[in-house]
Amino acid sequence: MHARILGLAAFAACLAVPVYAAVALSDAAGSYTISPAGSSIRFTIGKAGGGGFDGAFGRFKGTIRIDNADVGRSKVDLTIYPESVGTGQGRIDAFLRSDAVFDSANNPEIQFRSTSVTRTGDTTAVVAGRLTARGKTFSEKFTAELDGLKSGTIKFHVTDKVLRSRYGMDVGTPIYSNVVDFDMTLTGRRG
Amino acid sequence: MQPLTNTATRYGWAMIILHWLIGIIFIGQFVLGFVMMRIDSQRMSFELIQLHKSFGVLLLGLVILRIAWRVGNAAPALPPSVGTVERKAAPLAHFALYALQVGLPLSGWALVSVSTLEIPTMPFNQFVMPDLPLAESDAAESFWSAAHWYLAYAGMALVALHILAAMRHHFLLRDSVLTRIITPSSARE
Repeated sequence: MHARILGLAAFAACLAVPVYAAVALSDAAGSYTISPAGSSIRFTIGKAGGGGFDGAFGRFKGTIRIDNADVGRSKVDLTIYPESVGTGQGRIDAFLRSDAVFDSANNPEIQFRSTSVTRTGDTTAVVAGRLTARGKTFSEKFTAELDGLKSGTIKFHVTDKVLRSRYGMDVGTPIYSNVVDFDMTLTGRRG
Repeated sequence: MQPLTNTATRYGWAMIILHWLIGIIFIGQFVLGFVMMRIDSQRMSFELIQLHKSFGVLLLGLVILRIAWRVGNAAPALPPSVGTVERKAAPLAHFALYALQVGLPLSGWALVSVSTLEIPTMPFNQFVMPDLPLAESDAAESFWSAAHWYLAYAGMALVALHILAAMRHHFLLRDSVLTRIITPSSARE
């Protein structure tokens, strides 16, 4: 991580501009399509008595647009297909896809549409937006950290805690935590 | 004030209450177990399974209490109306019922302990019940699942026999075998 930040710094320094991170981001300006190859959307739900269970979504799509003039006007759109959920345990996957949780037959998409992006550091930002799942929409805030930038490819590490009860997915609480920890790596390719 | 403990001819309140409480939970668990495995809604099925586990833990606790009470309190003697064969068969049937009251919750506990789903047991959402120290595997889960089912059917067969025997005593033999487990005072001496 530090190496990458230093890398960005070095890159910015070459351009001989004083606020290197800002330049790194403005250099990143443009539109990117999230590439499944370099991306992952993982989640963890804690369990009573310790431990938890992990899962990931195999299919998703989205775009990242970084505004050159005003980072705050940048935009992130992400669509996740809950049918593609995987935990390594077939019975749990079937349960998650069923009407007990995602009801993916009737709600094939989980959508995130950003409403604002706020810089919080040289390489970090808070992305606020509307998350829609099972027909319910709530505001969520994701923490994004720039994790790499090179020749038309941008990589973010995104984390968030989502309360699943709000989206009609409270089954199993309090045995399973209401808090879902998301850990995403989103790699965008320019164009 | 009616006695809490058993006497030579009467069941005390402690045994009477434990008998009916355990009886209702035992039969209720069979019904719940049957429904939770056949219901279409995965969500309802999950919730009912957790409820079944909660009542299973409660049942195990009550049965341990009942056995301890029984060990310290001899059951009253059978009335003279009870025949020789029944005099020998009844204790065996009662022993088998006790064995199943212990065996069913234990086999259920084993089942959730070896299950590869690793779903914690949290009786009535109050505390986390530790798993039994058994190795997890799909094969072990299938084994304990089958064992739990067979024990449940055996339990219900014995409960049916137990109820039929009680009816026979009450309506045909007209003795106090049923009434004395309802209240201590209804035991005809």
